[in-house]
Amino acid sequence: MQSPGGLISGRFHYAAGSLLSVTHLSVADVSAILEETSRIAALEISERAAMLRGRTIALLFYESSTRTRTSFELAAKLLGATTTLVSDKSSSIEKGESLKDTGLTLRALGAECIILRHFHSGAAFVLARETGLPVLNAGDGMHEHPSQALLDLRTMLTRLHGTSAARRVSERSLEGVTVTITGDILHSRVARSNAMLLPRLGARVILCGPEPLLPEDAHGLGAGIEIDRDFDHALTQSQVVMMLRIQKERLAGLELDLGDYIARFQLNAGRLAAQAPKALVMHPGPMIRGLEISDEVADGPQSATEEQVANGLAIRQALLVRAMGGMR
Amino acid sequence: MSDLLIVNGHLVDPANRIDAPHDVLVREGRVAAVDRPAAFEGVEAAETIDASGLVVAPGLIDVHVHLREPGQTYKETIATGTAAAAAGGFTSVVAMPNTVPVNDSVAKLKWMLDPARGAGVKLFAMPAATIGSMGIELTDFEALHRAGAVGFTDDGKPVLEDHVMRAALVAAARAGVPVSQHAEDTRLTGGCSMNAGPMAFRLGLRGMPVEAEARIVERDLRLLREIERAEGLRPHLHVQHVSTARAIDLIREAKREGLHVTCEIAPHHFALTEATVGDYDTHAKMNPPLRAEEDRARMVEALVDGTADCIATDHAPHAAFEKRQEFERAPNGITGLETALGVTMRTLHREQGLSLSRIVELMSAAPATIASLAGRGAVGVGHYADLVLFNAAEEWVFDAESSRSKSRNTPFDGAPMLGKVRATISEGRVVYRSFEAALT
Repeated sequence: MQSPGGLISGRFHYAAGSLLSVTHLSVADVSAILEETSRIAALEISERAAMLRGRTIALLFYESSTRTRTSFELAAKLLGATTTLVSDKSSSIEKGESLKDTGLTLRALGAECIILRHFHSGAAFVLARETGLPVLNAGDGMHEHPSQALLDLRTMLTRLHGTSAARRVSERSLEGVTVTITGDILHSRVARSNAMLLPRLGARVILCGPEPLLPEDAHGLGAGIEIDRDFDHALTQSQVVMMLRIQKERLAGLELDLGDYIARFQLNAGRLAAQAPKALVMHPGPMIRGLEISDEVADGPQSATEEQVANGLAIRQALLVRAMGGMR
Repeated sequence: MSDLLIVNGHLVDPANRIDAPHDVLVREGRVAAVDRPAAFEGVEAAETIDASGLVVAPGLIDVHVHLREPGQTYKETIATGTAAAAAGGFTSVVAMPNTVPVNDSVAKLKWMLDPARGAGVKLFAMPAATIGSMGIELTDFEALHRAGAVGFTDDGKPVLEDHVMRAALVAAARAGVPVSQHAEDTRLTGGCSMNAGPMAFRLGLRGMPVEAEARIVERDLRLLREIERAEGLRPHLHVQHVSTARAIDLIREAKREGLHVTCEIAPHHFALTEATVGDYDTHAKMNPPLRAEEDRARMVEALVDGTADCIATDHAPHAAFEKRQEFERAPNGITGLETALGVTMRTLHREQGLSLSRIVELMSAAPATIASLAGRGAVGVGHYADLVLFNAAEEWVFDAESSRSKSRNTPFDGAPMLGKVRATISEGRVVYRSFEAALT
């Protein structure tokens, strides 16, 4: 699907280097991104800072973000690029400017790539179509967060198989690995991107959560997706467990009994020790300690949350180099 | 002298059970005579059209179009919308009331139907069932009916309150016209932008469940039963753009029961599925949404087995800038007047083997009956000379850029079509012809 001329999908064309959905990446594309990530990570600081010197990257954020925004911004700066941040709170977006016009304005100001975080699913597709620029989807509504899935992949590979194993992947790299993703799957773009990426690398993915947060329609994410509403049962089979926050801002009237939720789905020390004493614990953040995850698990030895953040910085440098046409 | 003579064509007129070569003579906007080929030899006419190789049928009738005038003329006007209708073979269209302001009074209805608006084909209207389509207070059905209303609807929204819908059905029954219902329980569809299901889940879009349509149909059928029993009236419910198997099953059952219920299905609901949404293509966004393949197949089945009464386009033009935005923000609706025949012929005639006679019934005779359009939907002596001449075997590709509509929001741009309109005649006037050279 990916070609030097970009990606053609339906009646639309997207610039090469765009990353809108993990489904647009072949396994070879994923492998190349991982390899580039490792290559950049090994470079001297000065070499790295020359890679995108003189280039301009815009961050366009319609939703609040700590990790993703800072991570993309630092990634761009480490590569020597000039960045500009536009957020909905301090721009003409507040005055009603369309996504298309905002994108065209950024392009006219010299942006060569736009990193977009938006509350509408599919917004990154619109921006990529209307500007013709490479667009990196930094989270679109309840749809996808592809860079998160890639950084999660690198974290898993490193922790399960070692640093050198994280340099490349094939269809079998995660064979024998079961990943349970637990919590608010319905509203989670992280869950969607991971669930659509990991099985293609050999992983078995179990989704876990109560019906209102995990409808049966989640099978739409892929033929091999399993749903298990018994968290303990899913944990006993898992090498990796990924916990998700309940997205209060997207619940739209849905009411949950939090006490019951915690009893059934919280990852705490007792449950982890009993069901999966060796499993890798991941969380994309922000964590709500005491709700989906307990303090001691969040800070415990099985937790990879800080490595996830570090890998985010590494992966996003590679994605930026790729978007700017500089990937080897 | 006669105005128009159409010779050498193959007349398909299901209302009169004709499916044979016939010539048609037109005088003063009406059908003067219909007879076997060459029967009018020697008759002088101002214009003679050689319809060799063409089907001659009663002009198509669309009981569900949005012409956007007054108020949103950047999307469409009565003149441009009816020009698109003529190009699509339609000679009568029924305008929905969700204009700005809403068509809910005699003055607004008369303004809309005024010849000064420049309608190129016969324009009818269904005014709002409730004032401002707010679902609270009924409009003046009697006065509006006298002024030309052919039915009542709050299209775009359902009439949600039971007692309001009941009153609307009673008032419409007294006037002898249908209540045309947009069947959507909006309590189940807030914030939704496509069909509910695995595809919506994958795209991260909130989905409209099929129950939202069925629930309102079920409620309305219950009201019909109650009114028949309590009032001794026989109200006519017309269900708009049916899209789900559940709703069509309810309608099939109600017809067996003897209730006066009719329904329409839009070409996109029997030709396309939710897969057309692809990566957030807003030209695949409408309400009701494109459904799953099983529902689509059941719409085809309903058109074949007679449960579905007619085809209507729900022609809903929108400006490019409105559609070129985030999927959830883009307005619902697609244009449909110029693609309806081509899509129907391809999907139902070629793929399903539906006869030309049944297709003309679905697109002309039946809608004329549903909206009680006297003298239309058939080619009988004394009827209006509303005719469409089309080549049923001609394959072509629709190019949205060539559209007569002001808008281009169609998922059928570049799609293969079957059956090309060569001429459209409205009350004896040729309002569209595609090949000047083919006509003498």
